[in-house]
Amino acid sequence: MNKRPTAFDMPQETDVAWCPGCGNFMLQQSVKSALHELGVERKNLVMVSGIGQAAKAPQYMNVNMFNGLHGRSLPAALGIRLSNRNLVVVVESGDGDMYGEGGNHFLHAIRRNANITVIVHNNMVYGLTKGQASPTSQRGMKTPVQVNGVKLEPFNPMAVALALNAPFIARAYAGDIEETKKIIMQAISFRGFSLVDVFQPCVVFNKVNTYQWFKENISYLQDNHDTSDRTAAFRLATEMDTLTLGVLYRNDDRECYEDLIGVGSTPLYQRNPPDEKAFQSMIDAYQ
Amino acid sequence: MHHYLHDISMVFGGEAGQGLQTVTDTLLRILKKSGYNVFSCMEYMSRIRGGCNTTEIRVTDKNRKAYLRRIDMLFALSPLAVEHLQSRISTETLIFAEKEGFTGKWTENCIDTPWTKFTDETGMPVFANTVAAGVVLGITGISLELFTGYLREQFATKGDEIISKNSTAAKLGYDFGCKIAAAEKIVLPSPTAIKSPERALMDGNAALGIGAVAAGCNFISSYPMSPGTGLLTFMASRSKVYGIVVDQAEDEIAAINSAIGASYAGARAVVTTSGGGFALMQEGVSLAGILETPVVIHIGQRPGPATGLPTRTEQGDLNLALYAGQGDFARAILSPGTLEDLTESIQNASNLADRFQIPVFVLTDQYLLDSITTIDRASIKQLPVKMSLIQTTDNYRRYALTADGLSPRGVPEYGEGLVRVDSDEHDEYGLITESSEVRRLMVEKRLKRKQPLREAALMPTIIGRIEEADTLVISWGSNRGVLEEALDKIGSNKLAGIHFSQIFPINPAVFSLLENKLLVIMENNATGQFADLLSLETGRTISHRILKSTGEPFSVEEVLEALTEIDHE
Repeated sequence: MNKRPTAFDMPQETDVAWCPGCGNFMLQQSVKSALHELGVERKNLVMVSGIGQAAKAPQYMNVNMFNGLHGRSLPAALGIRLSNRNLVVVVESGDGDMYGEGGNHFLHAIRRNANITVIVHNNMVYGLTKGQASPTSQRGMKTPVQVNGVKLEPFNPMAVALALNAPFIARAYAGDIEETKKIIMQAISFRGFSLVDVFQPCVVFNKVNTYQWFKENISYLQDNHDTSDRTAAFRLATEMDTLTLGVLYRNDDRECYEDLIGVGSTPLYQRNPPDEKAFQSMIDAYQ
Repeated sequence: MHHYLHDISMVFGGEAGQGLQTVTDTLLRILKKSGYNVFSCMEYMSRIRGGCNTTEIRVTDKNRKAYLRRIDMLFALSPLAVEHLQSRISTETLIFAEKEGFTGKWTENCIDTPWTKFTDETGMPVFANTVAAGVVLGITGISLELFTGYLREQFATKGDEIISKNSTAAKLGYDFGCKIAAAEKIVLPSPTAIKSPERALMDGNAALGIGAVAAGCNFISSYPMSPGTGLLTFMASRSKVYGIVVDQAEDEIAAINSAIGASYAGARAVVTTSGGGFALMQEGVSLAGILETPVVIHIGQRPGPATGLPTRTEQGDLNLALYAGQGDFARAILSPGTLEDLTESIQNASNLADRFQIPVFVLTDQYLLDSITTIDRASIKQLPVKMSLIQTTDNYRRYALTADGLSPRGVPEYGEGLVRVDSDEHDEYGLITESSEVRRLMVEKRLKRKQPLREAALMPTIIGRIEEADTLVISWGSNRGVLEEALDKIGSNKLAGIHFSQIFPINPAVFSLLENKLLVIMENNATGQFADLLSLETGRTISHRILKSTGEPFSVEEVLEALTEIDHE
């Protein structure tokens, strides 16, 4: 495994709660390398996550961290970003956290389009609660709860995001550290909401979507793909025979939320409360 | 003959969408300009058009701030108002209604007021409000010039024609009002002769909003819900001038999680909602508890359970605020009782949240938020803003163990340290842990602040002379005004009042105040939630509970009746 040191490695040996062979290890390497190569300053980076095995990712990086509640990483990330535009805000969480518990926030975060990067560890299963179906589980997968196999239509994050006109949509595979790093670098550099859905094999609970399965079912985008073509992106997003990886769509013209609502450049922690004159002028309106 | 020398209660009733608020706003402004003390409160239905909404305006010589059941004059812009208010109409009530189309019983107290005819004469229905305000001003005898001057100001941007038509409408109503006043020999209290520029006319929402901005609150994320929305609207309207970030969240869960994220990044964050919305925020309260991240939560209470009575009033969410969130951690709950108090409470809440790194609640209700009073400007105060952020150094520990359990709070970017917070149990660095020893220390750390928080709790306000009284009447939140007036009217030395603007925790210095007194409580809920809490905190027994949970505020009369009964026991 590629293990180049980065500025975001933990300074000390850390007990990592992931299972041996978990796709999370490789994805973490991609994330750290992407941040390192982009030269993101550590003090300006905040990693935000919810709950689950994927959501532990920031615990194992030397970064500012907001490890909030299950499904709530996006609202927290929004609050952080709107309070200080100097911060690079990267969200890392799993498919259950992002598309299940946090589904409503996912929809509205895309609508807002704040400058946040969202990396979803999509292993198509619930790991930490021991193997139940996730929103992205494939039909037919048997679990301790879905005893007759999953009956629900899987959630398609790419298609949903495209429908909401998300300005940056990419799909990656944790098993390919180098390509995933490149995609994440583009996502973090992108000004606006960027989504990277990363296929990540769960070696303990997902016996369907294994490393081998992914090898057989993924392929990278053709060079001639026009990333500004939303219709083409939608075709790729809904294509199930082969899962296409890469930046499916990007639109650099969509204004980000911070600009739209006029969040100034001074971080909120540096702003002063109104002085006496400003205070009195509020009361003037009721004179 | 109708003499209202100290106090008149005028009630305006109409359908939603009829412009009732325009009439009452106009009147309140002109009455205030003329030097009167006014108090106004409203009740309305959860609908956009139709139904019947009413607003009470009291003009008083003393500064009264309470709802009166009695109606001296009822201005029924819609005939429905008479039926709607039947239980409050007495043989003394003058009813200004239109005879044509009136379905109820036309009594000798009914004065035919042809709203429709006036409206037809002015040519446009939109001027009906001006006519109605004119009638009232004619009755009060306030000069017509003051009214037309006001209309010129209001419609300055709308052009001469609009001003001229409004003035015609004003005169139509005004002349009618003068005629009635003469015929019925109506005499009103004289203005209190306070025409100083130092008076303001303000509603509860504004008082709260001014306090939030004064506190340096620069981040609000909320989902609209009556009656909590007023604070969101206020801050949105000031956002540009005061540099406030306002986000309308997709739901209340998002709202509080955003606010906590913002607070983590150094914002002064506030959320506003009502009980039903707050029910969704509970996980966030617990999150603020373990992250030790300040957040101010405003709950504008309305009657539950569930959707309850969406536009009406109650004090039923104390237990919800008190027990919200899993696990043990510290919190404080404030409960302002007046407009001045609304402004100060939210500032205190913000400072407490910052100092103790906890969630702090401000509990208000529909009645208080929607009430409007004349107020001494100087009593609306800005308190010093205390902000305790530090610049971090390398190897910063967000949860460093300290003697008082409070760790210096850093924010990302400010300093060389990393700021790590975790909803999981964590070590001093904020990293996840399952060590039982660290767990023990962190629980202890989070709870150590409870004692200083208790000692910092606001003392209640004493109403009357507590030394002489053998009975103490307890109120919290919006009941302060009605208790003050009822005690004043009873004028018994045996009774005194004690109003709590902070209901949790209770300052230990309160205990001695309650000693050797018969304790009576009045609360706008069905069970006496504060009575239970106060008993739990102080070990004292509350002998009488005056409770009301109809969705309406207490009236002065009913408190008077209840207290008189207790006084005679």
